[in-house]
Amino acid sequence: MKKKSFLRKYPTFAFFLLLAVLIVLAAVFAPVVTGGVSPTEGNLTNAVMPPGKDHIFGTDKLGRDIFTRVIYGARTSLTSAFTVVAIIFSAGTLLGILAGYFGGLVDTVIMRISDMMIAFPGLVLAIAIAGILGPSVKNAIIAISLVSWTKYARLARSLVLKIRNRDFVAAAIVTGSKTPYMLWKYMLPNTITTLIITAATDIGSMMLELASLSFLGFGAKAPTPEWGLMLNEGRAYMQSAPWLMVFPGLAIFIVVVVFNMLGDSLRDILDPRDE
Amino acid sequence: MSKKQLRNRLLQMILVLVGISFLTFILTYMAPGDPVRTMYAATGVMPSEEEMNQVREQMGLNDPVLVQYFRWLGGCLHGDFGTSYSFKKTVVELLLARLWPTLKLALLSMVIMLAVSVPLGMVSAVYKNKWIDYLVRGITFFGISIPNFWVGLMLMLVFCVMFKIFPVICSGGDLQSLILPAVTLAIAMSAKYTRQVRTAVLEELNQDYVTGARARGVKEWKILWCNVFPNSLLPLITMLGLSIGSLLGGTAVVEVIFSYPGLGNLAVSAITSYDYPVIQGYVLWVAIIYMVINLIVDLSYHFVDPRMREKR
Repeated sequence: MKKKSFLRKYPTFAFFLLLAVLIVLAAVFAPVVTGGVSPTEGNLTNAVMPPGKDHIFGTDKLGRDIFTRVIYGARTSLTSAFTVVAIIFSAGTLLGILAGYFGGLVDTVIMRISDMMIAFPGLVLAIAIAGILGPSVKNAIIAISLVSWTKYARLARSLVLKIRNRDFVAAAIVTGSKTPYMLWKYMLPNTITTLIITAATDIGSMMLELASLSFLGFGAKAPTPEWGLMLNEGRAYMQSAPWLMVFPGLAIFIVVVVFNMLGDSLRDILDPRDE
Repeated sequence: MSKKQLRNRLLQMILVLVGISFLTFILTYMAPGDPVRTMYAATGVMPSEEEMNQVREQMGLNDPVLVQYFRWLGGCLHGDFGTSYSFKKTVVELLLARLWPTLKLALLSMVIMLAVSVPLGMVSAVYKNKWIDYLVRGITFFGISIPNFWVGLMLMLVFCVMFKIFPVICSGGDLQSLILPAVTLAIAMSAKYTRQVRTAVLEELNQDYVTGARARGVKEWKILWCNVFPNSLLPLITMLGLSIGSLLGGTAVVEVIFSYPGLGNLAVSAITSYDYPVIQGYVLWVAIIYMVINLIVDLSYHFVDPRMREKR
């Protein structure tokens, strides 16, 4: 009952949450949505067919159904983007809180590393890392996580520093609170809202970065249905079969818009200062 | 920036460069793929394992990693970034040949970006919550969410394939082959920057001096251009410096799409052929370019904001 009124209070959020849930459901139940067609096996007699009755988005050079591949592609994109955000969110938050709480050497080391990362265009490093580690979705996730955690560390650190010297913190320490308890009960709750907002707004951009890595050939490998990779494969057939490029691109665009809007509306709810 | 600050900043830059160079070196060291094999694969002959070992010894690939790193770093300091495995040219030669095209592309897209986003952002701030503001915000929202490589491909499809206005392969280096890649890069960046211009201008518009000037009957356009705009320049310049980072990363993708002969394209092909010296050189060079630009940005505060000069 309480949930219902919450969603009613924030119609934009509810709307985009619904869309996001639909996208996730489509990805999870991909075999049902696509009617059991295989995303990796095609029929060469159907190669490069324009969008029509049997294949609403057309087929690619191996006769695979583009619609099926786009739906299955959501699995790859969603899981990898969520993984990246989960990794950078937890690693960044942990390191940031540690840096802010302990100060001193811990702070210096963590922050110098983060300075190094921020003084450098992230995608360039991510391309180098992903390329050198070899093309795979896992390596693309590692590459992007390595260059993106610093934002969270900085945020968490600055939020911790804001309360670190307040009296209630000193009082808690004096009355014998153990360090892990301090971090868990005082520092984390103080940072978590801002960081969740950041994470929510980051899902879309992480998806874009992952897709660009795959597009360059440093992400998902050949038979995997992945949108960036599909665009790359379709590029050669631009003249004769533009639908190979149009639909995967549209898929990225729509999903990123939905998650960006979801993140924005979540920020509006959790952070009323912005208004 | 005082002399002491400048010194600290330069010191920090050197530290970052050493860190970045070490990181890339270790990465290439740990990477799968054998450079000697790649080298011979490019020539088409496959010598025996013994001969290859000899070559490895000659190239110093059998030394401990730290020895290799310092040898390489020492070379870099003398302007010797090594020799490309697959092109048989020095890395400096290769990078220099690609540097200007990339800078040209980055500059042109930045000009386009500024020309689009500054007026749009200001209009959107001035007419806050009017229909034009909603329109601008809507457009920028879509601009942020569109993958820029897809925009590139679609522009190519429309202008090169369907209407044949521009060449499909933009390797000519003339203005015509520069326009589409530059526009592609500019679209994503303008969307972000327009929002930042809007926020910065809105912040200034809420200041008391604006109300004061209005009360004294100063013309609205005069307040906007003579007070508000100069005052909001400072955050805008900072963001411009930072967005150059995403610009340099973005060029790689766009250069590949348009077969544009720039640094990013070189780096991508170097990565696929395990050409380590080129990758290391590329990462270091981009780091240097980015940091120098941001240093210039910080120094420019001096000229933009008189308060900075007094605050020594």
